[in-house]
Amino acid sequence: MIARAKTPNWWRFFANQEMAIVLFLIVLAVVIGSLNPRFLASRNILDILQGNAYIAIAAIGMSMIIITGNIDISVGSLVGLLAVIAGRIVTSGAPPIVAWLAPLVFGMLVGALIGFLVAYLKIPSIVVTLGMLSILKGFLIIWTNGSRVEAMPESFFLAQWKIGVVSVPIITMFLLTILAAIWMRYSGLGRSLYAVGGNPEAARLSGISQQRVVLQAFILNGLFVGIASTMYATQLKVIQATPPPSLELFIITSAVVGGVSILGGKGTVIGATLAAILLNAIRSGMTFIGISPFWIQAVQGLLILVTVLIDLIRRRRQMF
Amino acid sequence: MSEPLLSIKGLHKRFPGVYALRGVDFDVYAGEIHALLGENGAGKSTLIKTIAGVYKPDEGEIKLTGQPVSFASPREAQHKGIDVIYQELSLYPELTVAENIFMGHAPFKQAGPFKMMDWPTMNRRAKELLAELDVHDLDVSRKVGTLNVGNRQRVEIAKALSHDAKLLIMDEPTAALTETDVEQLFRITRLLRDRGVGIVYISHKLIEVFELADRVTVLRDGQYIATKQVSDTNERELISMMVGRTIENLFPKQDSKVGDVVLEVRNLNRAPLTRNISFKVRSGEIVGLAGLVGSGRSETAQVIFGILPAQSGEILVQGKPANINRPADAVAQGIAYVPEDRGTQGLIKQMTIRENVSLAILPEVSSGTFINYNAEKTLAQKSIDQFSIKAYSGEQATNKLSGGNQQKVVLSKWLASHPKVLIMDEPTRGVDVGAKSEIHRLMSKLVAEEGLAILMISSELPEVLGMSDRILVMREGEIVAEYSRAEATQEKIGAAMMASRKVMA
Repeated sequence: MIARAKTPNWWRFFANQEMAIVLFLIVLAVVIGSLNPRFLASRNILDILQGNAYIAIAAIGMSMIIITGNIDISVGSLVGLLAVIAGRIVTSGAPPIVAWLAPLVFGMLVGALIGFLVAYLKIPSIVVTLGMLSILKGFLIIWTNGSRVEAMPESFFLAQWKIGVVSVPIITMFLLTILAAIWMRYSGLGRSLYAVGGNPEAARLSGISQQRVVLQAFILNGLFVGIASTMYATQLKVIQATPPPSLELFIITSAVVGGVSILGGKGTVIGATLAAILLNAIRSGMTFIGISPFWIQAVQGLLILVTVLIDLIRRRRQMF
Repeated sequence: MSEPLLSIKGLHKRFPGVYALRGVDFDVYAGEIHALLGENGAGKSTLIKTIAGVYKPDEGEIKLTGQPVSFASPREAQHKGIDVIYQELSLYPELTVAENIFMGHAPFKQAGPFKMMDWPTMNRRAKELLAELDVHDLDVSRKVGTLNVGNRQRVEIAKALSHDAKLLIMDEPTAALTETDVEQLFRITRLLRDRGVGIVYISHKLIEVFELADRVTVLRDGQYIATKQVSDTNERELISMMVGRTIENLFPKQDSKVGDVVLEVRNLNRAPLTRNISFKVRSGEIVGLAGLVGSGRSETAQVIFGILPAQSGEILVQGKPANINRPADAVAQGIAYVPEDRGTQGLIKQMTIRENVSLAILPEVSSGTFINYNAEKTLAQKSIDQFSIKAYSGEQATNKLSGGNQQKVVLSKWLASHPKVLIMDEPTRGVDVGAKSEIHRLMSKLVAEEGLAILMISSELPEVLGMSDRILVMREGEIVAEYSRAEATQEKIGAAMMASRKVMA
């Protein structure tokens, strides 16, 4: 009684979220490019990649969190805070390398705190990170008194550096995505993330410590948020005292549209990065054909609903 | 006697992979308490759910006061006067007693242009209904969530009466009750009978059958065995009707050399279902753990595996005390556990066979941070060959496999960890006959050739008798009997499983 999958080929093709996004990107490039060829200029393509690179990097961490069946909605505030930390450190006279690495360390510390509360004290991650969102944001405003960080030394602006024509954030984004993808697929901890998110009880009975895995996922997320923060802090001449608005939504959207199941246990970081690129390509494309970029929020919302719906339909099909 | 209230002839019900009812006859007269007896999985629940309109029968006839009926929904059955009180009571804890009783048919009154809920009438009628049950001390405006189980059950019964129930089905109503509550339940049940309600009473407890029922029907493996006047039968006869299956030659247990003690537990305690448990399992030995559902078998296994860590007592593995506080500790001690419910506890269904079988030994198949992909693939292929798992490759997702093949994947996962002790909870439940005998053959081989020690929990007595070298019987959280393979019979085990304390003493 071999229950071989009898799904049609076209469905399997689309069932692969990464393929679907690539296809979507190609359609977008052809349609917008035919309306306005400047959309496909290499300069614009690099701009599209650069614009959401730090979001894609944070989405790698977010994907890991969501795959374990959790969520982190405090990442926007955290990026804002870590960026100011980097700026303050370098303006106090420390060497840039210290300022670049500090967000990684602080990000992991905050991640460890969140992970501890979620994994060991069993507080739902949405509650913990909702609280953390306000705490971090409040702390940022009190600390900076609302004034932005300026006058960083020229050597601080890592995100403006280029290797050839390609900027550091783009290279970092692709490199980290590939490394994380390999790690997720072939490492023991990577496998454990999926196991814990897919069936916590079965994972626990197999001797996998759910607590430790969730804690490690949040610490790793902190690391990726830290890297994202360094890219964000070093791309402009000023660092705002308020976190970028709705940043956490962009990051979560990237993960979810990229095929990471909100129910846990499924998804890849490659999908998340592709989705982050797609979102910026849509925004850029709308500008090029003269649609107000204010529509991007609505389009993004629609994308989330459609992807989640597809995911649920897919799961329902698998039950029978 | 006149025409029966409910009459069922030749009822058949099949589920995918399970033939739940095979030609069941059953009838209930008005003013009668008719007990329905049978082991777990005998078909009692399916039968009452079919009567109550939850399931549709595949074949057979249901007549209500002589008229053939077919219910599209439980609601329709309710309208015809059939009410069920399930084990898990279906009340709304945040609503009051009166609101629960009149859920779905609350009295209304006209207040100007609006139709309004008529609270005074509802509360008054709720009080009247409870008074009919001889319950006078229950405040109908209290939230049901604040009541104890006994009172909630009274509310359920009042709710059934508010539908004007002619046939009341009670599914193990005393399972969670204290003794005084049981007394009152019996009183209410007799009261209803005397008022002409037909009552179907399901219970494992024979003593209740003799105390309460007028007639008793026994089911076994979905088949109708017999209906008797309670005054014409005795415990021994009922037990043998319940368990008296023919042992088919399905279980090829090989002889094996029994070696040293591998697992020993001493005075293991974990309230409420593991009390003072002590036993030993030797290498090369299969120890069967028999008992009814709720007797503490699964709980004992879970205590040993660290899912419900022990409150007191000792676990020794190969003579050394083992400190087990969570499953990872048990795994480290060489204990493996194939859980009862493979869907929620055994498999990660989104994952492939390869990913599932290596789950318990990730550190072992990894070198450093990374999993050795080839070792994993070899392991998956080995499992597929060894167990003849029907799959096109190790890359097949486990949610696409049949129940028996899923169970084989779970088993492979645990055998990959080279356990010293294997605990199996209902290893062949919901598995087709072919896969079943294959799993048995494998268990036997593991014990004989590799000296594994197996602790097997099973509700199927033929399986227990066929596979076990020794049999422990649990009841109400304690081990009440132990038999060697030679001395065990279905009747002895059945009696030990079911007998009330009074009977055993």
